[in-house]
Amino acid sequence: MDFNDTPEEATFRAEARSWLAANAPDFIIKAGETLSDAEEVARGRAWQARLAEGGYAGILLPKSLGGRGGTIMEATVFGEEEGEYHLPKGPYIGIGLGMALPVIHKHGTPEQIEKFAAGTLKGEITWCQLFSEPAAGSDLAGIRTKAVKDGDEWVVNGQKVWSSWAHHADWGILIVRTDPTVPKHKGLSFFVVDMKTPGIDVRPIRQISGLSDFNETFFTDARIPDANRIGAVGEGWACAMTVLMGERLNQGGEGKHGGIGALIAYAADTPRDGGTALDSSAVRVSLAAAYAEERAERYFQARLRTMVSRGENPGALASVVKLAYTNRYQKTSGLAMELRGLAGLAPPEGDTETQRIQYDYIWSTALRVAGGADEVLRNQISERILGMPGEIRTDKNVPFDQL
Amino acid sequence: MNFDLSDEQKMLAEQARGLLGERSTPDRLRTLIDSGAEWDEPLWREIAGMGFLGASIAEEHGGLGMTELDLGVISEEMGRANVALPFFSSIVLAADAIQLAGSDAQKAAWLPRLASGETVATFAYAEGSGGWTGAALRATFEGGKITGLKTPVADGGIASVAVVLVNSGGKPALALVELDQAGVTRTKLDSFDQLRAHYAIRFDGASAELLDGAAAGQALERLFDRAAVQAAFEAVGGAEACLTMARDYALERQIFGRALAGYQAIKHKLADILVGVELARSNAYYGAWAAENAADELPLAASAARLSAIGAFENAARENIQVHGGIGYTFEANCHFFYRRERTLAISLGGREAWANRLIANIPGTQAEAA
Ligand SMILES: Cc1cc2nc3c(=O)[nH]c(=O)nc-3n(C[C@H](O)[C@H](O)[C@H](O)COP(=O)(O)OP(=O)(O)OC[C@H]3O[C@@H](n4cnc5c(N)ncnc54)[C@H](O)[C@@H]3O)c2cc1C
Repeated sequence: MDFNDTPEEATFRAEARSWLAANAPDFIIKAGETLSDAEEVARGRAWQARLAEGGYAGILLPKSLGGRGGTIMEATVFGEEEGEYHLPKGPYIGIGLGMALPVIHKHGTPEQIEKFAAGTLKGEITWCQLFSEPAAGSDLAGIRTKAVKDGDEWVVNGQKVWSSWAHHADWGILIVRTDPTVPKHKGLSFFVVDMKTPGIDVRPIRQISGLSDFNETFFTDARIPDANRIGAVGEGWACAMTVLMGERLNQGGEGKHGGIGALIAYAADTPRDGGTALDSSAVRVSLAAAYAEERAERYFQARLRTMVSRGENPGALASVVKLAYTNRYQKTSGLAMELRGLAGLAPPEGDTETQRIQYDYIWSTALRVAGGADEVLRNQISERILGMPGEIRTDKNVPFDQL
Repeated sequence: MNFDLSDEQKMLAEQARGLLGERSTPDRLRTLIDSGAEWDEPLWREIAGMGFLGASIAEEHGGLGMTELDLGVISEEMGRANVALPFFSSIVLAADAIQLAGSDAQKAAWLPRLASGETVATFAYAEGSGGWTGAALRATFEGGKITGLKTPVADGGIASVAVVLVNSGGKPALALVELDQAGVTRTKLDSFDQLRAHYAIRFDGASAELLDGAAAGQALERLFDRAAVQAAFEAVGGAEACLTMARDYALERQIFGRALAGYQAIKHKLADILVGVELARSNAYYGAWAAENAADELPLAASAARLSAIGAFENAARENIQVHGGIGYTFEANCHFFYRRERTLAISLGGREAWANRLIANIPGTQAEAA
């Protein structure tokens, strides 16, 4: 065990650090700076283009795709260094790199790779994920949006929902039902779709945060060329699994911004009874436990990375961090809201720290649901790691159209 | 970066797990309790023979000179098997105290005997419910004599020597006292943990010597931090044993026509325990790594390891009995060993609040002043 960088890692870190110092400052989102969605995406694209110039776009992606072909440790080191800056790296960039490219690489044709890889890496193509539907989220294989073949094209009808940043996406990764006469997992196919295709209508949804990052996406006789099918007809589920595995491994552990250290500083900055809120033993015990857990998540992730760097597959272990992190995040931001009494509800003007905590408390609810909800993750952990029985399933072997 | 045990450490763990699992069976533990034994002496001799006692003691003093992480691997297995051994008292605390604070002569005199297991030592710090830090520390050392009451002291009956936390000229210090002498009175207490006897030890001018090596001044905090990391490993082992026990029972137990393990309330409970165990293990690894490689980070790393591990073991020990139902409340089932040991670990070395304070005081930046 050695938590220090190896000499190669140290060299890479020094390179990355000086490159970031020279390049990142122009792109950071400064404290108090508010960007519109369009401005944020534009800056995200520009930063991604800069990363590509520097050879740091898609560190884990193979060279054949235009990535760096680097190791997981290099990706980690770069992520740590990049995390020192508050940069525009939302789903509009993450979905392309973490979902679209891996699935195209694994299941797509050379032509498809040629068509999408470079543009995505350079931030020229942004992506959204068109998986969830009103009646199918955790139970993704229950989707109803259907595609029917018509010559060289597929005609798509149905509704997707919770499509993050689809209102600013150039392309989408899409899973649809192409055969309702076979059991639910078997009749699915996977596509990439140009979001400007006629018949696609993206409508923002007002979220509890007040923002509208995600959307309903309607398909009405939208036509997708067969050339944009990823994998064989009926192979949609395998493609979706490739996407979701990547999603889980990349989750958890916010960067340097926020975190329990910041909440402890906030408590120390909150006057109470002539001292501060951090003088309260109850507050200290709760925040210290959360701080310990935050560190544990970081080191647990380091253990997973070590596994991955050896070619082992962490499988359901990747769910452990996501489950822990999102719950801790909600608990501690809730606690933090209580520290300043009623000012936690209605902070004075300029108290951006309390505003941030309020936002965290709202956003934590989304994290507990998105990308594998708590209960689904607990099922996975108990079944795949502990070897406990699977859930009772009545639908698994029944043709979809007879459910 | 490489955050995993080495192959040698994995082998060490397997070896320890194999031996301790075979010898320290639940039936053996029941026999020890029923016979009023204060330890599993034959097992002590056996693990001494395997070198476990000297793992982290320097080679020049009869040990193997291994790292805190190697010792942690052994501690974890001690926890898993819930052994009735004075390992924590004699090795993790007393031997480490001598290593950290002793003079060369003191190390040479005592460490070989502790590494070989021929002498059992303990560490006496508590003074009843009153705390043992600052002005609360009453036991005094003066002119080569100790006076005061230390209670409770784990393994105080089988130890022949103790490292005692004393007030020496207004400062905390560590003194070495042989227990078989006229000025020492030992009284056995009722111990919540039936596999770890606790004693009240009264010193009436007993002869003693201070551990007075060059590094004695900084030794005390380091000693507690390092012990906290080892206790975390022990707790992780205990927690994982509870998890496995609960899982195995749930797989076997049929309820309403199917295995208890198939019910989501049980699956999710055990998933949460697993999360706790894996997170605690991660902090324990880091704590052991910091103890060897990043001394300035140790206070924070040790506090974090401590808090996570106690939390994980607490939950695992409680829910293990819950999953077992009525049988879990019987002496014949094995849950109670862990339920009791968990409290021993949670309360020894200072409770949650003390470690929370230590953690917060050691966060880099402005918090230390605020705290
Ligand atoms: C902020 C945000 C962004 C998102 N972005 C995208 C996106 O870009 N693209 C996209 O396709 N989707 C996106 N999603 C959707 C997300 O993937 C789904 O919300 C998620 O899969 C859960 O599905 P659901 O909302 O239908 O809830 P449901 O699946 O209906 O779950 C409701 C509750 O039931 C529980 N539950 C489900 N199954 C079980 C079970 N077997 N046993 C016990 N309990 C169970 C869940 O844990 C949850 O608590 C986003 C969601 C959010 C909140």
